[in-house]
Amino acid sequence: MEEIINVSGRAVPHIYPHLEIWGTPIALYLFFGGLAAGLLFFSSFFYLKGKADTMPMTVKVAPIIAPIIIILGLMLLLYDLHHVLYFWQLFLHFRIESPMSWGAWTLSIIMIPAILWPLSYLDDIIEYLKENKPKCKMIGLFSWANNLIKNLPLIPKVLDIFTKNRAAVAYVTIGLSIALGVYTGILLSAFNARPLWNTAILGPLFLTSGVSTAAALLMWMSNDHKERTLYSKIDLILIAIELFFIVHMFMGFLSSGIAQVEAAQLLLGGPYTVFFWVLVVGMGLVLPAILEIMELRGYHIPIAIPAFLILMGGLLFRFIMVYAGQASGFHIL
Amino acid sequence: MRYAMAMDTRKCVGCSDCVVACQTENNVPLGYCRDWIVEAVKGTYPDTVQMHFKSERCMHCENTPCVRTCPTGASHVIDGGIVKVTHDECIGCGACIESCPYDARYVHPEGYVDKCTFCDHRLEQGLNTACVDVCPTSCLIFGDLDDPKSDVSKILQEKDWYVLAPEAGTNPQLYFLK
Amino acid sequence: MKTTRRQFIKIAGAGTAGMAVAGSVLGSVQKVGEKALKKDMLDSELTRTPTYCEVCFWKCAAWVYKDKEGNIKKLIGNDEDQHARGKLCPRGTGGLGMYEDEDRLKKPLIRRTDASGNQYYEEAEWDVALDHIAKKMTGIKKDYGKENMALFVHGAPAKHFEYLFKAFGNENHAEPAYAQCAGPREAGFFATFGSGVGSPEPADMQNSKCIVFIGNHIGENMHNSFVQEVSTAIDNEAKIIVVDPRLSTVASKATHWLAIKPGTDLALLLAWMHVLIYDNIYDKEYIDKYAFGFEELKAHVANYTPEWAAGITTINPELIRESAHTMAAASPASVIHPGRHTTWYGDDTQRERAMAMINALLGAYGRRGGMYMGVKQKLPKYPVPAFPHPHWSWQDITKPKFKNAAVGLTNVLIEASLPEFDKKHQIKGWFIAGTSVINTIPDRKAMFRAIDNQDLIVVVDTMPMEMTGYADVVLPESTYLERHDFSRAGKNRIPQIAFRMPAVKAKYDSKPAWWMAKELGHRLGLEKYYPWKDLEEVLDWQFKQVGTSLEEMKKIGVKTFTASEPIYLLDNEEYEFNTNTGKIELYSTDFAEKGYDAMPKYTRHESPGPGFYHLVYGRAPTHTFGRTQNNPYLHDLYETNSIWINPRTAKLWGIENNSDIWLKNQDGVISEFSAKARVTERIRPDSIYMVHGFGHTSKKLSRAKGRGINDIPLITNIKIDPIMGGTGMRNNFVTFILEEPSREEILAAADYKTAKEKEEEAKNLKKKESKANTEKQNDSIKVTHTKEEAKS
Repeated sequence: MEEIINVSGRAVPHIYPHLEIWGTPIALYLFFGGLAAGLLFFSSFFYLKGKADTMPMTVKVAPIIAPIIIILGLMLLLYDLHHVLYFWQLFLHFRIESPMSWGAWTLSIIMIPAILWPLSYLDDIIEYLKENKPKCKMIGLFSWANNLIKNLPLIPKVLDIFTKNRAAVAYVTIGLSIALGVYTGILLSAFNARPLWNTAILGPLFLTSGVSTAAALLMWMSNDHKERTLYSKIDLILIAIELFFIVHMFMGFLSSGIAQVEAAQLLLGGPYTVFFWVLVVGMGLVLPAILEIMELRGYHIPIAIPAFLILMGGLLFRFIMVYAGQASGFHIL
Repeated sequence: MRYAMAMDTRKCVGCSDCVVACQTENNVPLGYCRDWIVEAVKGTYPDTVQMHFKSERCMHCENTPCVRTCPTGASHVIDGGIVKVTHDECIGCGACIESCPYDARYVHPEGYVDKCTFCDHRLEQGLNTACVDVCPTSCLIFGDLDDPKSDVSKILQEKDWYVLAPEAGTNPQLYFLK
Repeated sequence: MKTTRRQFIKIAGAGTAGMAVAGSVLGSVQKVGEKALKKDMLDSELTRTPTYCEVCFWKCAAWVYKDKEGNIKKLIGNDEDQHARGKLCPRGTGGLGMYEDEDRLKKPLIRRTDASGNQYYEEAEWDVALDHIAKKMTGIKKDYGKENMALFVHGAPAKHFEYLFKAFGNENHAEPAYAQCAGPREAGFFATFGSGVGSPEPADMQNSKCIVFIGNHIGENMHNSFVQEVSTAIDNEAKIIVVDPRLSTVASKATHWLAIKPGTDLALLLAWMHVLIYDNIYDKEYIDKYAFGFEELKAHVANYTPEWAAGITTINPELIRESAHTMAAASPASVIHPGRHTTWYGDDTQRERAMAMINALLGAYGRRGGMYMGVKQKLPKYPVPAFPHPHWSWQDITKPKFKNAAVGLTNVLIEASLPEFDKKHQIKGWFIAGTSVINTIPDRKAMFRAIDNQDLIVVVDTMPMEMTGYADVVLPESTYLERHDFSRAGKNRIPQIAFRMPAVKAKYDSKPAWWMAKELGHRLGLEKYYPWKDLEEVLDWQFKQVGTSLEEMKKIGVKTFTASEPIYLLDNEEYEFNTNTGKIELYSTDFAEKGYDAMPKYTRHESPGPGFYHLVYGRAPTHTFGRTQNNPYLHDLYETNSIWINPRTAKLWGIENNSDIWLKNQDGVISEFSAKARVTERIRPDSIYMVHGFGHTSKKLSRAKGRGINDIPLITNIKIDPIMGGTGMRNNFVTFILEEPSREEILAAADYKTAKEKEEEAKNLKKKESKANTEKQNDSIKVTHTKEEAKS
């Protein structure tokens, strides 16, 4: 029999018996970051494809969600800081090796197009809503905001320049949104000390997952059958890629050192196994994929169901990775 | 200069003196600690059972993931390879805690991240660290690895030692004597 | 030290500095025991005053470091001191917790009774409290006699009250440190070498090549310089032999660990003697020169072979032989440590004598690496008139039964405090200082009957220990960091004295023991014994007699003197031991005369019945007895005890590691609280182990209360040592209770409680029950709620 006992000094809050420095706020922050990245990616991508008018929901309307959830995410991040009065230190430094620093700066920069993009489309958004959702209570608010902005100095000019250079902005935004999506994974994968996070697949995996949740949201919000079908197909491809990444993530762990094998065991027979395989993989990836295939084959499935499942799956995936990752570690005894 | 510590597991009795000496020397609030004691038992009664204690703290690694992941530069390395945190630059994001394979850092109740400093304020005064000075068994040996005549250099040459989680690649500077 | 880090952007200026200040102001809201961490402590900015530690009896000299505001920052061992050697143990380092503890006794308390007969404590001024005590003591003197009181003491306050009692004409003083602890080894070693052991024990371990520990768990008992010496011995690659039913800390470092069956040590010791003598590996020259009775011993141990002992001790005979040879090979730098808490089975003096005899056979006594002969610097007594002669003393009620008791016995004085004891010698008043006797002295049944029979109980303590609850008057004592005491001047390798002075002003309304004793002396009409203003005056006088002064001692804390005698036997010199024969007595003429066995014999002790296990108790390095559990620093390090159980035993019972268990002893006494099971290979399957001193019931000990199991109530089978009267406490066996027992069950089993206490508890229980019935629904909701909380 083996015994490892912490005689004294170890029972420090959040450190022992369980490392729990990050929790719900970080998981939500990662989820919102991925979702925003996806929304911005799609709007810029389809704008460049010349679909601004045929896919107004994607290009013009949905991006208004992005700045809101980015701000929400940033607020969650601040809420999670233990020394929050010193948060401004984040913006006095740029640390090239620190993913946290990259994230703070990426989010701040992407905030500019994320805000300006929907503002420059406010007229179109109001029009779209009046046409498609005349009962929407936001119409009044948007109109009021639109009038306000137009009467402000400077801003109409900025928006004008922005609109004229929209194509260039779209290219930059695509780059930034991919960076943001990948960053949500790298924030975790940069920690060598947490073997479950420490895999290069986590960046692309989180990017794919983030884009996939955005596609699900767009599919849900869209009124257009063609647009929906497009996102259904995109989602199927993304889910396939995600599953591929997940399988490879485990292959990587299991062919690595004892710490990585044990980390993988957390999801393959450990305390997080049921959550991961049933809720994330089963309910969040496989089931919506089946539903969408059925939908594409002509069965009538309410679109909200697969969309909701994908969004929940993406959220739970981040929760599980945040918590299980902190349960993984090296043998330090 | 490269500060390092050796910890003689043959002599340690796990009395926790290093823990409380650190608390009083460094004003570490109760319920928190910068160093800690681990007891490891293996084997079966009566013939093969074995036990030893380890006194652990920040390993002041050569390769410092905690410094790399810090978004503000609050975590930094000073002369001698000592890893420190500047309280007024720390935002308490926890990235350094996540990056430490030894769980050697914690969030101070005032919000910033805190950890062992190898008592650099004492080293400046020409003293040893508080834990080394207080240890009744003298099982902690501290010194400069760049100086081949230092106690720690000599004992690491003489005795067999190991480090914790070498596979983490941090090149820790707390050596455990067998 | 310069920082070598480089920042990408660095903005410094009024703005950031302002923010930083705002932050630190906001962050400076402190909780108890928490301090700002903004600034590192520089020794050059601190001042220091000398003291010697009072957290345990080792009394290590130390420096108290204070900041400019006069706050104590830390305690550091005095480099010059032989006990400390520049280091303190965790308890000493955390000693300032004794001063800081907000649960301390704050004002004198007097027991009063209200109109409806309920008793309560009234806070009183010192004058009122001391007058009250003096009046009561005078009353006892008038009604029974000044001799009919007992003084129970421990630690530094002892001397002040012993002085007071002697001046009062009373010599009934006793310390648990003798009859519940070190007494047997004093009697056993004295019978052999004509000299007791004393503290620190003169085992020359730093020079030893082989050290033997019999149940002595050094490292868990943090006797500072001894731990340091064992560490040196490990560096010197000395052999270590440990006899213990448990893989103690030191056993884990041992060359040989003999996992002995509890209660059979004497069989092993006799077998060792057999091997040493019959394998002819004892120190023949030494024995020829210094010892008496070798031939008798040789005949005596002829049949005590390792094979015989193996059947009793469960130790492999080859291991017995091998370990004896290991000892002999290192002789004379080879020593069996006398141990400290040695009141185990009732034949403890004889066991200790066997240990002393082996030390003789190894030629260890008076030899380098064996046992040195300690030397001391005597401090003369301040000149006062001779004390009055008491009409009778502890000797009259102790010596007829326990002929070799060297000092007063707590258990005899408690027996004398019972109502059926002869009236002339019946004790009617207790004065207690520095020891919570109910948690120190076993046999609670007698204890509480004795308490009920007292006219006056005074308790002096720094903390609201359990015993304070039974006092008529409670006097809050200042901690050692706030007071003067007599100097430490015990035996050691070099004569040294250590000085204690207040580092800070006494907190609350607490007072030093010397002040209480002096004030009481005045009220008892004993002014002539207190001709001085304060203790400082006495200390200064004493210091001046030996060539130093108060002024110097304040600066150095510890003064070293030159020894007048060698600490080892000289080769070419005759040495007369202080025994009847002038020799080391392998055959004790003194014991023979008094009708005790002249040489130790093995007697069988009780074994646990089915389902019961030996109750083995010990120490944690972070605590002293039951006195330190509430110290915030030490509580932080080690907050509760656990019950060690071998995995095989645990499996039998289905006990999982870390599950809550209760203990019940052979007489049906159930532990008041639960403790966590620690399933470990470090203990024999027929024994369980726990750290003594936990399971406090005093509600005023906010941290310690209700944590862990107290071994003392479970010790009901007491075997008295016929030679010196010590209370053997290891004949007790426990079984496990896995489901929480009801309060009624615990109460019914606790027949040791005072009648009053039981009544009250039953009353409270009824109250609770009726409350529970009316609020049953609410309660059940609460219960599930707390369960959920516990889970999360």
